[in-house]
Amino acid sequence: MSVVGDRARRDLDRAAYVTALGDDALIAAQRMGEWIATAPQIEEDVALGNIALDLLGQARSLLSYAGALLDPVRTEDELAYFRDEREFRNVQLVERGWGRERRDFGVAMARLLILSTYQHALYSALASSTDETVAAIAAKAVKEVDYHRDHATMWVIRLGDGTADSHLRVQAALDEEWRYVDELFEGSWVAPALVESGVAADPARLRATFDRRAAAVLAEATLTVPEVTPAVTGGRRGVHTQEMGYLLAEMQHLARSHPGATW
Amino acid sequence: MTVPTGSTTEASSTAWHIAAAVEDPEVPVVTIEDLGILRSVDVDAAGAVRVAITPTYSGCPAMDTIRADLLAAFARAGYDDVRVDFVLAPAWTTDWMTEEGKRKLEDFGIAPPRTVGGVVSLTLSLRCPQCGSPDTRELSRFGSTACKSLWVCNACREPFDHFKAH
Repeated sequence: MSVVGDRARRDLDRAAYVTALGDDALIAAQRMGEWIATAPQIEEDVALGNIALDLLGQARSLLSYAGALLDPVRTEDELAYFRDEREFRNVQLVERGWGRERRDFGVAMARLLILSTYQHALYSALASSTDETVAAIAAKAVKEVDYHRDHATMWVIRLGDGTADSHLRVQAALDEEWRYVDELFEGSWVAPALVESGVAADPARLRATFDRRAAAVLAEATLTVPEVTPAVTGGRRGVHTQEMGYLLAEMQHLARSHPGATW
Repeated sequence: MTVPTGSTTEASSTAWHIAAAVEDPEVPVVTIEDLGILRSVDVDAAGAVRVAITPTYSGCPAMDTIRADLLAAFARAGYDDVRVDFVLAPAWTTDWMTEEGKRKLEDFGIAPPRTVGGVVSLTLSLRCPQCGSPDTRELSRFGSTACKSLWVCNACREPFDHFKAH
């Protein structure tokens, strides 16, 4: 292969990696925004809105960088609004709705604990990435997701060690959300050269930190670390759940109905 | 008005003062210099100005407004070749906030952040910016903007914003 070909290959691998991380943040932000005006108390409307805003900011940085690595270059908006479902590379954890029968705040806090504990381990590792842009985005994001983790920890302890009803509901939420944990640490989609060169973090190597920290929170919350059969996933290959299409329809319809519109 | 002449260092210093006077759009009592958002201002021999600013939080929605305000401030001062870049590294911290900025925040009714990178990590109570009492408590870990949390004073009963240490 020519030198130019090698270089192009490396950029595409890097773009694919950064896109997946950006998609995690973008789809999590879009889903979390649904809590604004529907959380159990107004302070939580504000909290989840702010957490979603942090995630959206991280998504913008990541997708802007990913788009710049592509040939032809694509903008953050093109990646967010003009890709179809199969082109999104987010894990399924972040795309799912908030409860089977009713919107459940326990699901939101269980998922936020999982997501923020994972992202904290991820961004801590990526803060020393050999890719300067990835390192800069991660160093900034790690401080933000640390605060999200604090928030989720406080609520999971309060709900788990709360009333009999809140304990049951948050444990049920954890049992369901935990089926999507394995996908976070599955790394076959990451180009091995990216890990070897120190650009990417090997997802599998983040697992021990996640398990240790999550177990500590659940123990204090009098909750049990779920032992469940992992869901059949495929988000990193563009395979998504039924709910993803509805989420994208809501997120993308304005940009697609009025392409190029500005205000 | 004409662009200042002289060495680029002098020109950069003049340009810094123009940029440093731009107010934060969400907390207009402080400038972007006070908050540590303004990172550098350089003027080259041809008079081209390059301004670097860094966001407080990744999702801070004020960045585009700050860029527009910077461009407008330089346009008013007679500069026509100005570029504003966003930089992410090193990551912004409230430790970059000036003492002047912290004083202005407190006068405005926002409890300023404590130092993050201190020698000893202590959880001290916040002083109420209204009555000065240290008898305060956190109402909500998230406030009206990404950079603030909401507190209340047990002495005077007034709620107040706190600029979170970050």
